[in-house]
Amino acid sequence: MEKVEVAETVHYPKKSPNKFLQFLKQCGKQHALLVMTIPFLIWLFIFKYLPIWGWTIAFQNYRPSKSFAEQEWVGFQHFAFLFEDERFLRVLRNTLAMSGINLVLGFVTAIALALLLNEVRVVVFKRVVQTISYLPHFISWVVAAGIVQQTLSPDGIINELLLRFGLIKEDILFLGIGEYFWGIFGAAHVWKDVGWNTIVYLAAMTMIDPAQYEAAEIDGAGRIQRMWHITLPGIKSVIVVLLIMNIGYLLESGFEPQYLLGNGMNVDYSENIDIFVLKYGIAQGNFSLSIAAGMFKTVVSFILLFAANNIAKRLGEARLY
Amino acid sequence: MRTNFSTSDKIFDYVNYALLTLLMIVTLYPFLNTLAISFNDAKDSIRGGIYLWPREWSLDNYRYVLSEKSIYNATVISILRTVIGTVVTVFCSAMVAYAISRQDFVLRKFVTVAFILTMYINGGLIPNFLLIRDLNLLDSFWVYILPGIIGVFNLIIIRSFIDGLPESILESARIDGAGDYRTFFSIVLPLCVPVLATVALFSGVFQWNSWFDVFLYNSSTIELSTLQYELQKILQNSNASMTQKTAGDAFAGAMQNQGQVTPTAVRATMTIVASVPIIMVYPFLQKYFVKGMMVGGVKG
Repeated sequence: MEKVEVAETVHYPKKSPNKFLQFLKQCGKQHALLVMTIPFLIWLFIFKYLPIWGWTIAFQNYRPSKSFAEQEWVGFQHFAFLFEDERFLRVLRNTLAMSGINLVLGFVTAIALALLLNEVRVVVFKRVVQTISYLPHFISWVVAAGIVQQTLSPDGIINELLLRFGLIKEDILFLGIGEYFWGIFGAAHVWKDVGWNTIVYLAAMTMIDPAQYEAAEIDGAGRIQRMWHITLPGIKSVIVVLLIMNIGYLLESGFEPQYLLGNGMNVDYSENIDIFVLKYGIAQGNFSLSIAAGMFKTVVSFILLFAANNIAKRLGEARLY
Repeated sequence: MRTNFSTSDKIFDYVNYALLTLLMIVTLYPFLNTLAISFNDAKDSIRGGIYLWPREWSLDNYRYVLSEKSIYNATVISILRTVIGTVVTVFCSAMVAYAISRQDFVLRKFVTVAFILTMYINGGLIPNFLLIRDLNLLDSFWVYILPGIIGVFNLIIIRSFIDGLPESILESARIDGAGDYRTFFSIVLPLCVPVLATVALFSGVFQWNSWFDVFLYNSSTIELSTLQYELQKILQNSNASMTQKTAGDAFAGAMQNQGQVTPTAVRATMTIVASVPIIMVYPFLQKYFVKGMMVGGVKG
């Protein structure tokens, strides 16, 4: 801190023959910045890049007792096994189904709520609704799963309402019926995040020129028409970008809700790739197969994300970074 | 602006307010119901029929939960990891964000790309587990802090914020002879308080809500358990009991023998204890995180 001079901005046209020397000189000048970043680069390498080395295990018949050199290499055998394994294919189906449901339901409900909120003129009311709707986003999935369990249990409010209105004759064990799981999962996600997801859309709506609404009103457009012809087109670009970005996360259907709400009776529908990895890897100790499954997910996601990012960029819109 | 509402506009308004009110009810009801059960006498709750208000007020559930040694301990660990984890990540992320916001920084490109790449690619669950094991971090408190020293999302929103600061401020600091440390600590950090509040909220919520790392790395060390993990264990039990009635009754019986509580009451009480800190904090930071979301969500 004492002797350093970081006065000028750097582009002085001194011709230095040695680029490397110049680089070192600059490093010396910016040693404070280097001190501020290099420890974290080392951290990044250890915690984020080093684990990728673990992917080699997917190509071995890994035995924890043996050293790396002694491992038996089996090529793509584990991957081949995965795609013949009925359980893995089911898990893949569940993953795609749940993220698909999440994507569609998440978008539709968030946009609908944003449109409704945008029409509220009583500022206090709008504020209250927004604040309350953000609440479930901040609580943990553990708490949320508990709430879902409680709500859907035989003595929960849903069964009680359905009974009272005569829609069912006896209690339904919702979480015990596999076919219901995707729906429950989607509804739980909407309950938790719909308010939170409106933030971006509401922000985009504030950018719409009010003159458009006035013109439409003079032309005799009603509220719903204005919503449909002005507000919705006004946020179209945001919707498109977010949609594309989310397609990049198609294999990331989440982990916590499925794990916390899953049980022996709905496992055929609740188990996704992440849970498959956990069960094979940690519970059964089959690291090779488990890492192969995880690696498959990461690589496909990587490709999807890059594609999504590039498409978004090409559309001239915002992108991930 | 508009002075004459047409009838259809009025109907629209009524429907709209009704829908939004319904949304509020659906969002809040489970919390209020849980709250009511937690303050109701546990034995009385078995009869059912408790909605928004306790029928027989009782603080026994809270007395039971808060006197449990394991839960007290878990609360301390939850608080510690939230405070330490948040302070560390806010400070470290801000530091790196400042460095990569400097246009002339020699490693700017490299550092930025190295961090952003980790958003796309990661080793995955098992390789991470093996790493933690090999680093001897299993069954230690630091496994809650070290893996999350810097969040890439935090880095991005802090950097965008610094980029948005008036260049003249940083310029004049430099002209006055302030070095990078000085600029960072006495100018950038104070100016970044709004964005740091956002990051602190996100990271605090994340730390407080985490249970999976406890399960994965520290499940055999009860002293390092957290509130969320304790709650998760209770839920797992009641989830199992729901599908197998008999086992659940045995579990319920075991708990009742311990005193005046029931699994339902304990679960409700724990849920409240585990979520009240967050419910108290987030409304006050609303304007910060809304801004943070806008920067982080869609960045040009």
